[in-house]
Amino acid sequence: MNFTVTDLSLMLPEIFVLSMACIILIVDAYLPERLRDLTYQLSQGTLVGAAILTLGIQPESSTLLMSDLFISDAMSVVLKSFVYLIVFAVLLYSRAYLHNHKLFCGEYFVLVLMATLGMMVMISAHHLLTLYLGLELLSLSLYALVAIQRDSSQASEAAMKYFVLGALASGILLYGMSILYGLTGTLELSEIAKAIATGQIEPQLLSFALVFIIAGLAFKLGAVPFHMWLPDVYQGAPTAITLFIGSAPKLAAFAMVMRILSEALPDLHHDWQNMLIILAVLSIALGNIVAIAQTNIKRMLAYSTISHMGFLMLGLLVAKPDGYSAAMFYTIVYALMSMGGFAMLLLLSRAGFDAENLDDLKGLNTRSPWYAFIMMVIMLSMAGIPPFLGFWAKWAVLSQVVAHGFIWLAVLAVIFSVIGAFYYLRIVRLMYFEEPSDTAPLQVNTDMHLAVSVNGLAILALGILPQPLLQVCIQSIS
Amino acid sequence: MIKLIFYLFAGILIFAGTRVITVKNPVHAAMFLVLSFFSSAAIWLLLEAEFLAMTLVLVYVGAVMVLFLFVVMMLDINLTVLREGFARYFPVGALVGSLILIEMLLLVGPNYFGLDKFQVPDTASTVPNTVALGRVLYTEYLYAFEIAAVILLVAMVAAIALTMRSKRQNKYQDPARQVEVSAHDRLKVLKMPAEKAQ
Repeated sequence: MNFTVTDLSLMLPEIFVLSMACIILIVDAYLPERLRDLTYQLSQGTLVGAAILTLGIQPESSTLLMSDLFISDAMSVVLKSFVYLIVFAVLLYSRAYLHNHKLFCGEYFVLVLMATLGMMVMISAHHLLTLYLGLELLSLSLYALVAIQRDSSQASEAAMKYFVLGALASGILLYGMSILYGLTGTLELSEIAKAIATGQIEPQLLSFALVFIIAGLAFKLGAVPFHMWLPDVYQGAPTAITLFIGSAPKLAAFAMVMRILSEALPDLHHDWQNMLIILAVLSIALGNIVAIAQTNIKRMLAYSTISHMGFLMLGLLVAKPDGYSAAMFYTIVYALMSMGGFAMLLLLSRAGFDAENLDDLKGLNTRSPWYAFIMMVIMLSMAGIPPFLGFWAKWAVLSQVVAHGFIWLAVLAVIFSVIGAFYYLRIVRLMYFEEPSDTAPLQVNTDMHLAVSVNGLAILALGILPQPLLQVCIQSIS
Repeated sequence: MIKLIFYLFAGILIFAGTRVITVKNPVHAAMFLVLSFFSSAAIWLLLEAEFLAMTLVLVYVGAVMVLFLFVVMMLDINLTVLREGFARYFPVGALVGSLILIEMLLLVGPNYFGLDKFQVPDTASTVPNTVALGRVLYTEYLYAFEIAAVILLVAMVAAIALTMRSKRQNKYQDPARQVEVSAHDRLKVLKMPAEKAQ
């Protein structure tokens, strides 16, 4: 194998993040407790540096590297940039919470950076092997992060559930990949597509492999009926970790689904389209209905995630570039909204107290009108009410679904969204029309205040002008 | 002859695999797992994949399973708790399991995966397979190999993060400090006026 330095330049973001994670690991080990903030600053610096490298060294066209195991294309640049942005915000939001809950340790930052690296590997994978290894790198870091609060039995239980079910799903995915390898004789995504296009492989066997792959992917996305882990993990994990799990990894999961379904198995789209329809309908229906019955807000947001993943699949199942870019737009928008929602919970928490019940939001308007407004923007956006960003995400997906002839699907999705709007609006009612049960003053740092405000206002501003973001998604897919 | 050996080891493998999940004593289950690793190593050898056979025996039997046995022996696993609800879940589990099994047997059988469908890999090459594996592992699959290394690093970081307690919570002795102690640190000699006996 020969590679030149120019080859490696496109991989610089990955190399940089890995090196910095190792440096932070060593630096943190020798850092006295009072200088621990340096770890935080270094981690944030790493993300900024990676963003500069990713945006600075863009490929002219999609480029394969490292014996075709690695791909750098427009989609990977966009998704990676959003991953950096979201992880940056996650670290910023989590800082005070971690301090208050005695979780502010070097391992947290190293694990988050390693998870970020896993996501980058997945986003840039052009080979089933790298896709799987990236997924494992991400998942292992997440399992450890969920369990990082060792004294909480709830967190340990959540981590255990996540680990066992996650390992099972990885096994199922791997089994599907191995059958695919047995049938096509290659692990490289474009070669698999070529082998299938020859039409010499028994279609029944291909759909056999596809069933396992879809089941594995659906688990990682959290689609019904593979959603059981999601509410428990969201509820059990410390809120700062839930914030992380609920935001950036969804982008990586989207990239994984895209790479496998649209790059390796485009010729099987008749098969996976039907499977995705079932998953999408079940997810949207169950997610929206069960969320109504929840009193724990983290659990409620978990069910809301499930329904949002259903919408994401609606975009994918169109199996056309337009649909993919709508799904990508939806994923990015969802990650931004979910980030804001969990950030508000972090903001209401303090040492010895976790805001996680609906009652904790009661009367937020009298405690802080500004935060109540931001939370209202996020909730209305999640419900898909214009002019907020969430509406445009749903609009983009649904218009694609209708344009490709699945009108009944769009009608069903809208009906369940209307049902789902109930539990988002209930939060707005609690904030504005109830007396506060908790009157402790909110203690918010300036950087947190700024970031939450920017997050909420961005949802509002992008909702009024959604075109640029949508355009970025369309350009990066085509 | 090779076929006979294959069926022998394949039979042992299936038997051992079934026993792993049916046997009651966890230590026995672990031993059956060792047996199944051995027989699959033998099957690798039949395929002339010596390196994989060796790694399976050295890594899995030699290291992983020994560690596993330690853990099983150290934990006092209460089997009655684990078996709770077995009867209740069995019908559903058996139904789903057998359905999946039948569906899989229809596809993964001689119809589609028979010997005539797949060619035996060419083993007549002059390069030993350890060398061949090493060549692709460090060239073609270098990137994947490095990610695997990072995964191991994460596993280490996670294991330490989840198990290491800070020093204050551990009651331990520091021999060096014990030796360094001088009488002045521990004993205080007070001068007192002698009391007179009455």
